[in-house]
Amino acid sequence: MDLFDKSTDRRDALRCMAWAGTGALWAMSGGVASSTMLGGNGARANAVPSFTFLQLSDSHVGFAKPANPDARATYREAVSKVIAMPEKPDFIIHTGDITQLSRDDEFDDADQILKEAGIQTFHVPGEHDMLDEGNGKAFLARYGNGSKGAGWFSFDHKGIHFVGLVNVADLKPGGAGRLGAEQIGWLAKDLAGHASSTPIVIFAHIPLWMLYAEWGWGTDDAAQALTHLRRFGSVTILNGHIHQIAQKVEGNMIFHTARSTAFPQPMPGTAPSPGPQVVPAGQLRGLLGITEATFKRGEHQIALVDTMLSA
Amino acid sequence: MFRYSIVLLTALAGVVATPVAGRPVAAQAATAAPMVHISNFTFGPQALKVKIGQTVTWVNDDDIPHTVMSGTKLFKSKVLDTGDTFSFTFTKAGAYPYFCSLHPHMTGKVLVSA
Repeated sequence: MDLFDKSTDRRDALRCMAWAGTGALWAMSGGVASSTMLGGNGARANAVPSFTFLQLSDSHVGFAKPANPDARATYREAVSKVIAMPEKPDFIIHTGDITQLSRDDEFDDADQILKEAGIQTFHVPGEHDMLDEGNGKAFLARYGNGSKGAGWFSFDHKGIHFVGLVNVADLKPGGAGRLGAEQIGWLAKDLAGHASSTPIVIFAHIPLWMLYAEWGWGTDDAAQALTHLRRFGSVTILNGHIHQIAQKVEGNMIFHTARSTAFPQPMPGTAPSPGPQVVPAGQLRGLLGITEATFKRGEHQIALVDTMLSA
Repeated sequence: MFRYSIVLLTALAGVVATPVAGRPVAAQAATAAPMVHISNFTFGPQALKVKIGQTVTWVNDDDIPHTVMSGTKLFKSKVLDTGDTFSFTFTKAGAYPYFCSLHPHMTGKVLVSA
């Protein structure tokens, strides 16, 4: 958490952020996905975005294998994209696998790269960030200020309630991602004080729906957590882990996974394993990217835009 | 690099057969140095039979790190990056299930007999 002022409460820090805005590639309306073009066609003309935040995921700093010989370089490119945005996002969420092996030098480098953006960032861990001797203590020492348990927390920003969850701690043999009873209990209490009209954004590393059980791409006890979210009119669930875009709509809930900034992984069932996918060098940056999320003033919909590193 | 690691390990262990397509079967493993290859997010062989006193070595052939963690926490490797190995000597008969703590859908077991 060295990007944050440790003495500052998250809510206070966020309160003074400036507004920012951007276009939408696809937007959700009434539970049905609809595409809109970026600029030029007047689709944005009468919509003033309230604010934008950014999702980075699966930077795997330290990865240097055939699928990407330098994951530091591609992470730097991703952060450069953020820096180049005409209007700064209010904040960044990183949905885990910051590092490849939880090594101090990897965390240091990741922090150094992200620092260039000068934007407050909230982290939840991926399983690659839990590999230190203390099973995640290194992550917590850096990013866990003000969090509970293995690193879960919540905050409010411009009327939206954000919750960062951890589903990579204390995993069980034969299972997939796991939140655990303590965290689900905390979530229930955390949400209890919020009106059903409050838009909710949940973010965690592993998808919070069972995307592909054979590869463990899901969270075993996600259904229990989602029970506490059903009464809300707008719930957006942002994940990483699978290094590709996947979307699902269930009632008022939108599920979305972001691309990695490090290497692609195969589509479910299309390869013997979910291991790093080696593609021709010229294609790599078309499979890596970042996700922008925009809330429009006065509306409870979120618009998500996925941008490739090559774009 | 993987090939080098495998050859080196096999040479050290004095194993004649190279573990290519047909990895050491359980019968061979009882007499040769028992090995488990972590490949394509699976432990191979999934169930390995050994005798009391034998040392089992796991080697990670994947481009992604894995761990070897006993269900009872009797043994637990550090994170194994590509080519890294972990060994454990079994001194009591029994069934020892284990899994990868990063990818818990990956499970295996070692069956130890007298």
